[in-house]
Amino acid sequence: MTEKVIEKFEVKYLQVVDEAGNADPAVFPAVQDETIKKFFETIILVRAYNDRAISLQREGRLGTYASIYGQEASQVGSALALGKDDWVFPSFRESGVFLSLGYPLWQMLRYWKGDERGMKIPKELNILPMSVPVGTHIPHATGAAWAMKIKGHKNAAVCYFGDGGSSRGDSHEGFNMAGVFSLPVVYICQNNQWAISVPRERQTAARTIAQRAYGYGFEGIQVDGNDVFSVYKATKDALEKAKKGEGPTLIECFTYRLHDHTTSDDAARYRSEEEVTEWKKKEPLIRLRLFMQKKGLWTDEYEKGVSAGAKEIVDKAIEEEEAYPPSLPADIILYTNAEPTKRQIKELRELGWQK
Amino acid sequence: MAKINIVQAINQALKEEMEKDSSVVVLGEDVGKDGGVFRVTEGLIERFGPARVMDTPLSELGIVGAAIGMSLYGLKPVVEIQFMAFIYEAIEQFFSHAVRMRTRSRGRFSCPMVVRTPYGVGIKGPELHSDSSEAIFCHMPGIKVVSPSTPYNAKGLLISAIRDPDPVLFLEPARLYRSIKADVPEGEFTIPLGKAEVFQEGGGITVIAWGTMFHRAVEAGEGFDCEIIDLMTLKPFDEETVLTSVKKTGRVVIVHEATKYCGLGAEISAFLAEEAIMHLKGPVVRVAAPDAVVPMALLEDYYMPSKERIRKAFEEVMKY
Repeated sequence: MTEKVIEKFEVKYLQVVDEAGNADPAVFPAVQDETIKKFFETIILVRAYNDRAISLQREGRLGTYASIYGQEASQVGSALALGKDDWVFPSFRESGVFLSLGYPLWQMLRYWKGDERGMKIPKELNILPMSVPVGTHIPHATGAAWAMKIKGHKNAAVCYFGDGGSSRGDSHEGFNMAGVFSLPVVYICQNNQWAISVPRERQTAARTIAQRAYGYGFEGIQVDGNDVFSVYKATKDALEKAKKGEGPTLIECFTYRLHDHTTSDDAARYRSEEEVTEWKKKEPLIRLRLFMQKKGLWTDEYEKGVSAGAKEIVDKAIEEEEAYPPSLPADIILYTNAEPTKRQIKELRELGWQK
Repeated sequence: MAKINIVQAINQALKEEMEKDSSVVVLGEDVGKDGGVFRVTEGLIERFGPARVMDTPLSELGIVGAAIGMSLYGLKPVVEIQFMAFIYEAIEQFFSHAVRMRTRSRGRFSCPMVVRTPYGVGIKGPELHSDSSEAIFCHMPGIKVVSPSTPYNAKGLLISAIRDPDPVLFLEPARLYRSIKADVPEGEFTIPLGKAEVFQEGGGITVIAWGTMFHRAVEAGEGFDCEIIDLMTLKPFDEETVLTSVKKTGRVVIVHEATKYCGLGAEISAFLAEEAIMHLKGPVVRVAAPDAVVPMALLEDYYMPSKERIRKAFEEVMKY
């Protein structure tokens, strides 16, 4: 009889471009300059949208809003790595993913104002309405990936959630099934260090969230979530693997939520100003700008032009959103089932919402 | 036409629908080689293969959650949850996702899926194998809740459930699985969801029941002038059939094996109070379980409404 090690695992960390804007050529993904500019322009756009959303909320023109500030590289980098036929299962802090995929900006604002029509996803996009309950949508991505496999389709499902969501039982059951059936799914955990006021250390005693994947028999990787290239590369690689039939991947994007949890939160109650200041130095745009400058892809004028363009897009979207006709109260009932029940028809009449 | 039991009728419905529609898939614990703990899915894996008949990990939340994902992607999953009390872990998947996907996306997405599960007392099972928690689900907007009572309606209702564009919870009375045999035609026939059946016409008492309690109410009704309604679809229940009968009889007894407090009988009673109070000769009486957890095997006969308790209710309402 003997005692021996029967299983070992290692967790990789990937950083392509560091905080000073220097790229590691050994891991640099195959991207054209056009794609690099697309990263930059999309980050500027989602940030412009995000800033305006917060101002609109302060002015009473938008409801409670969940800021994505600080997480733009994780969202833009992963979303721009997706194929047209891939399906996306987002959480509520994924405005950047939606917009990177071409989601109508006015609809996004409309949703945050409190209108379900904001999540009436256009037909050409395979994005699910954002999941407000935390982590509970993880098994849906698993199931959709399972259906893709059953149907013999060559696409993949991508699921976004956070460090908080990774603690839910839903993540366990969703990951486990994906591992057992080797499904084409990529789980992207944006570890932004805070689940409202609860720090990452309270979610798990494990050193990384990425390593959880090994418990389910598939690979996990931690990437610098503030580096758009790292996230892009990891997502591309994971999608390619999924589509080759080699199973799921868990990508932990190590990032930071620079704003409050939502506009209803006050993060000063539970975290220090110094911590936020330190992370601000690492935010995604700074290093992308430095990197592009070194490559001769960035000038002050270029950025000014991109920012002005983004402002224009956001202004137009706000106008469009604010001009949108109000919902009918009957819609509260009418979309519940494919056909309204007799009780619902009666209720529509009693409430005076329909004759 | 062969005489078959409910297990065989459900198996036949699954087989025929899977034959007809390649998007219909079955998943759950032990549904493959074992054919399900009640053998309802027997033979399906041999016929349709493991890609369409999936033995899953022990993971009720995951199973229902994955079925939601499958339905979003164009499959028609039919889930088996081994016993109704095992479903509690997955309630959030129903309430937060399956039943509201259509409205949250304003019609872009929907979750056409069926979750089948045996329910109810009478099989002397271990703890948490005998719950009747239909009311929890009936309270959810956007779902249909169905409970057959015979081999014939089990098949017809399940085919309708599989073809329904929205989520359906299909509650199979475990006690009845093998206790009744009846003629069931092979091939396709459907029983519409949302329609009750007047099993027996009568002028004295409207008796409303479903599943196991439907049969017990029929037995108890001997000697009384009962109009017996087998509700079959619990959500949305057939208000019209109930109302027509109550207007005729003026007396109502509702029988169910779930607890009386906030049970489905409460909704039916309140509906009748709103819609038929002027037609009622006396109080609506519910025969149901006490406000207590389902007991283990040795006490379950006390918990379940007995023939005597139902007859007592009939005598009570006939005083008016």
